Amino acid sequence: MKCKKCGEKASVNMRQHRMALCKEHYLEWIPEQTERFIKKYEMFTHRDKILVAVSGGKDSLSLWDILVKLGYQADGMYIGLGIDGRRSPTGGGIDYSSESHRLTQHFADARGLTLHVVDVEREYGQSIPMLAEKTHRGYGKPCSVCGLVKRHEMNRIARDLGYNVLATGHNLDDEAAVLFGNTLAWESMFLLRQGPVLPEADGLARKVKPLCRFYEREMTAYALLSDIEYIYEECPFAEGSTSIYYKELLNQLETTRPGAKLTFYLRFLEARTNGLFREQDEVVQNLHPCNKCGQPTTAPDLCSFCRMIEKVNQTDAQESQ
Amino acid sequence: MTAKLILRGKEYEVRAGMTLLDALKKSNIVPESVIGVRDGEMIVEDEILRNDDVIKLVAVISGG
Repeated sequence: MKCKKCGEKASVNMRQHRMALCKEHYLEWIPEQTERFIKKYEMFTHRDKILVAVSGGKDSLSLWDILVKLGYQADGMYIGLGIDGRRSPTGGGIDYSSESHRLTQHFADARGLTLHVVDVEREYGQSIPMLAEKTHRGYGKPCSVCGLVKRHEMNRIARDLGYNVLATGHNLDDEAAVLFGNTLAWESMFLLRQGPVLPEADGLARKVKPLCRFYEREMTAYALLSDIEYIYEECPFAEGSTSIYYKELLNQLETTRPGAKLTFYLRFLEARTNGLFREQDEVVQNLHPCNKCGQPTTAPDLCSFCRMIEKVNQTDAQESQ
Repeated sequence: MTAKLILRGKEYEVRAGMTLLDALKKSNIVPESVIGVRDGEMIVEDEILRNDDVIKLVAVISGG
């Protein structure tokens, strides 16, 4: 198979685009396309201060690499979750959080980039596995707690440090898997909110997903060809997760129907723009600042995050008496 | 005349002379979920596998 641009031996074949590229042209094509999506969805400009949420994985590190190459003001933020595979229910594994932090720090240092680090346990006295064990949200499967904490901390750091844009490395497979799950359950409110850009709201930075039109396979290829050292091991708690199962299903579909994932996502965005899902006004109007952290919430008094932390701390205090 | 595919430590022996795509299908590995690497170089699905080839398969799916 030959590169479409120069005729040399291809390194990557993208069946959904009927295009194969060599290493050199692929490493040019991905940033060019990212720039195109940034402009198409009006994500941000060169004047914006962007905070990239980096996990040490291929997508977020590649995103940071691309944004810096494109000349954007992009700093990184790493959230230490305190996940250690050696202490997970399945046992084995690696010290996942320490290793992902090491790789992220290495990436930033090698390029002279600014990385903000938040350690959840140091900040709140509880790691993600500890929070999951102590609340009804987790119970051995901390993914829901993890999502809540990451969203809260990303918003907090962006606000406190004056970043107006928060960029995440979600790729098309991530988006298609979420879309698939929400469509199976006809979660119209979630469907309404899913997209490449979530506009800024009171106290919340604008959220953008510049990689949302690249397949996960393409981002892996970009990381490999760019020699980006990323954490290859899976989060020990992700094993058997629904999102991975949906991704596998969609990849089976993609194998026999090239372009199926892309069409699924793009046609959804089109349908959403054309008004397929309607906003429920009462939910939007009920947003108010959390009494403790100030982030918008629909819950009375405290947001879900602050309620969770308060509850866990109270339980700990009672048990230590 | 065989080649070897390795995915997350698991080995799959396949016949040399077939394409990477056919070798993946034969091994019940979804082609969309991996990238083939031979001697440190990424290869595409129509690459013919040679005798004694060792193809490292990089899993692309992540997340939870």
